[in-house]
Amino acid sequence: MSNIKYILGSFGDPDEMMHGIDKLQEKNISIHDVYTPMPIHGIEAKLGVKRSRLDILAFFCGITGTASAFALIYLTSVIDWSHNIGGKPALALPDFIPIMFEVTILFTAFSLVGAYYASTHLFPGRAPRVMDLRATDDRFIIAIDAQQNVEHTLIDGLLKDAGALEVKYNERKYVSYE
Amino acid sequence: MGTHNYNLTEQFEFTGKAKTLSIVAIIIGVVCIGFGFSNEAYHERTFANLLLMAYYFACVCMSGAFFLAVQFVAQAGWSASILRVPQAMAKTLPIAVVILLVVIGAGLYTHNLYHHWNAPGLTVKGDPNYDSLIDGKSAFLNVPFFMARQVIFLGVYSFFALLLSKLSYNEDLNGGLTSYTKSFKYSCIFLVIYGFTTPIFAFDTIMSLEAHWFSTMFGWYNFAAMWVSSLATIAIIVILLRKAGYMSWVNNSHLHNLGQFIFGFSIFWTYVWFAQFMLIYYANLPEETVYFYKRWESYEFWWYLNLVLNFLAPVLLLMDRDSKRHENVLLTVSIIVLCGHWVDYYQMIMPGAVEEGHNGFSIIEIGTAIGFVGLFTFTVLNALSKKPLVAKNHPFLQESLNHHL
Repeated sequence: MSNIKYILGSFGDPDEMMHGIDKLQEKNISIHDVYTPMPIHGIEAKLGVKRSRLDILAFFCGITGTASAFALIYLTSVIDWSHNIGGKPALALPDFIPIMFEVTILFTAFSLVGAYYASTHLFPGRAPRVMDLRATDDRFIIAIDAQQNVEHTLIDGLLKDAGALEVKYNERKYVSYE
Repeated sequence: MGTHNYNLTEQFEFTGKAKTLSIVAIIIGVVCIGFGFSNEAYHERTFANLLLMAYYFACVCMSGAFFLAVQFVAQAGWSASILRVPQAMAKTLPIAVVILLVVIGAGLYTHNLYHHWNAPGLTVKGDPNYDSLIDGKSAFLNVPFFMARQVIFLGVYSFFALLLSKLSYNEDLNGGLTSYTKSFKYSCIFLVIYGFTTPIFAFDTIMSLEAHWFSTMFGWYNFAAMWVSSLATIAIIVILLRKAGYMSWVNNSHLHNLGQFIFGFSIFWTYVWFAQFMLIYYANLPEETVYFYKRWESYEFWWYLNLVLNFLAPVLLLMDRDSKRHENVLLTVSIIVLCGHWVDYYQMIMPGAVEEGHNGFSIIEIGTAIGFVGLFTFTVLNALSKKPLVAKNHPFLQESLNHHL
């Protein structure tokens, strides 16, 4: 029993899974995470998932892009090698704006792809870690930390009552994708 | 999603403070316009202000019809419970159209408006006033054809605006999907017509004030301005109705959607505005730069204020998710955007319509604006009070009542 790290309740229906979450929360059993093959409406609020900070990251990456583009143009075409283009001043800000705009988008897009890989532990060549492979297919999985919640028979009963098709006891946190 | 106990037969009562204030605003407007006409020197400027506000009024109302059509064509569910607000705006369009046509007609007749292309002798060879550029454009820019275009465009917009409102009221009475499928069909037709004709409408009404200058971006620039100001108006009406205890079904997610619309189309407006400016700045051709030269010489403050109100304010204030969902923030930004587009129209119209030195910002500008705001409030709220605040048989109503982002 002490070897069991996670209890996984595997549901075939999202409504039954939501019902299962309610049942577990009524008994104050903390839920480690829920894995579903598709987005479930309202599940973040139910599980108390914190809002993503991706937008804040995006903002600051964007600002970095704007500043980098401005610095690059300023150094090259104002300080280092200023040209007379159409009689305009070297620092012709309206001309800079399209480039600054594009680099802002480039920085935001690239850094968000990077942030996505970092937060999901996905890197080229790395086997993805999942708790239950069928969560990517047709099953809705509730994962419960078995070390923190010791009443395993109660949890098992609750999950099955709520409609779980299967309850698994994992001795390892993740199964590798093999 | 739980059950709701919304009163779907709720009807807006247009009484009390809203009615008094809008009538007071109309009276202020009439007095200020009267003051403008009392002095010969102010005629041109008063006409320019009347054109500004009549155009603004018509644009906000026709974009209300455009909003309706977009929702039908996109088969959008979220907006089903707030559609009566743009519908009221669409129903007001004929009034706005009549006012705009009267202002344009009177302006043309008295030569107070469009004198760049409508002055004696401009197209008569050998006349001291002869202008070959205007003569070359006279096949398009002549009074009968100009007025015909105005009447046809505005008439068609009004027809579709009334039709969409009517179909929605039929739906209230009869239920079923007949009205919805018809609305979908007519919305498709309306959007195609609207998309092709609004640029020409903007070229005619505003760009031809400075008939020597032209910009192909101008139509979309005006379209962006009218669309975003209409969205801001819808947001203001919805929020104020909610504050007054109506429309209890409107939740933060509906506001969020409106906020996203205002945020996105403010950026779109800036994009089009900047695209027009930058190409002219970059190419530096005298016949094109004269437009911005005038604005930088006499309207520099307004020129920069325009960008602050219409770009910086909505972008910075509405960027965060929470501020789009917060009704007071959204209300404030919507009011800023509406004022911003007044400034936008102001510096589109004034340099071309009012002689240098006769322009200004005082009681005529403020009074005309207040008067038209009062007129808009009065007519729209009056139209809104005629029918229930929700189209109870709209097929997507349940989706809208349960809308959650």
